Amino acid sequence: MPYPPELVQPMREELTTAGFSELMTESDVDAFFGDKSGTALLVINSVCGCAAGAARPSVQIALQHAANKPGKLGTVFAGQDLEATAKARSYMADYPPSSPSMALLKDGEVVHFVPRHAIEGRAAQEIAAELADAFGTHC
Amino acid sequence: MGTFHDDLGELHGITVVVDTPGDTIYIGRCHEMNDEKIVLLSVDEHTDGSGGASKADWVAKAAKVGVWEKHKTLVLPLTEVASVKRLGEYR
Repeated sequence: MPYPPELVQPMREELTTAGFSELMTESDVDAFFGDKSGTALLVINSVCGCAAGAARPSVQIALQHAANKPGKLGTVFAGQDLEATAKARSYMADYPPSSPSMALLKDGEVVHFVPRHAIEGRAAQEIAAELADAFGTHC
Repeated sequence: MGTFHDDLGELHGITVVVDTPGDTIYIGRCHEMNDEKIVLLSVDEHTDGSGGASKADWVAKAAKVGVWEKHKTLVLPLTEVASVKRLGEYR
């Protein structure tokens, strides 16, 4: 059951203020994945503690400091925007559902994936460094 | 750093690899671990050699991409558990 919108709004804004477009409908997701040119970062947001303590801060840090960055930033909110999240996962069918998680795409293909278990228990700076490395390699 | 339920054990909320003395190995999110049992959520399991994959092969792949849920909840007595490690340690 989704949480009250006012509760999750600050969690959304942590990413939208960092430049992410919210993909709230299946059409939004189709448009995001339909443009296969270049690089894109998709963050599957979540209300859980590791999203608050590690996932969202790590993305913010990586985007602030990385020399190379993805050309496009998008986010869906697991447990909130159910259809959009399911649609996004359908484009990454080889990857089990995981939230929070992050997928770096290049020319429409996932080239780096950070699942929930790679977020749990890690410092935001550590995950940010992993993301920055992936940006450096692929972007 | 788990989440904020200290009474459920330090692995609460963490995805773990639970190996057994036998052929079966599990990966799931730890809900609770105490002196008697471990309670896992969103659990996948593998039998050594199934599909040509050893336990180590299966864990290595899971460490890259995650696991597919086969059981919503699984309770394992610690008498049936050989080891419990964070999946993140295998990345």
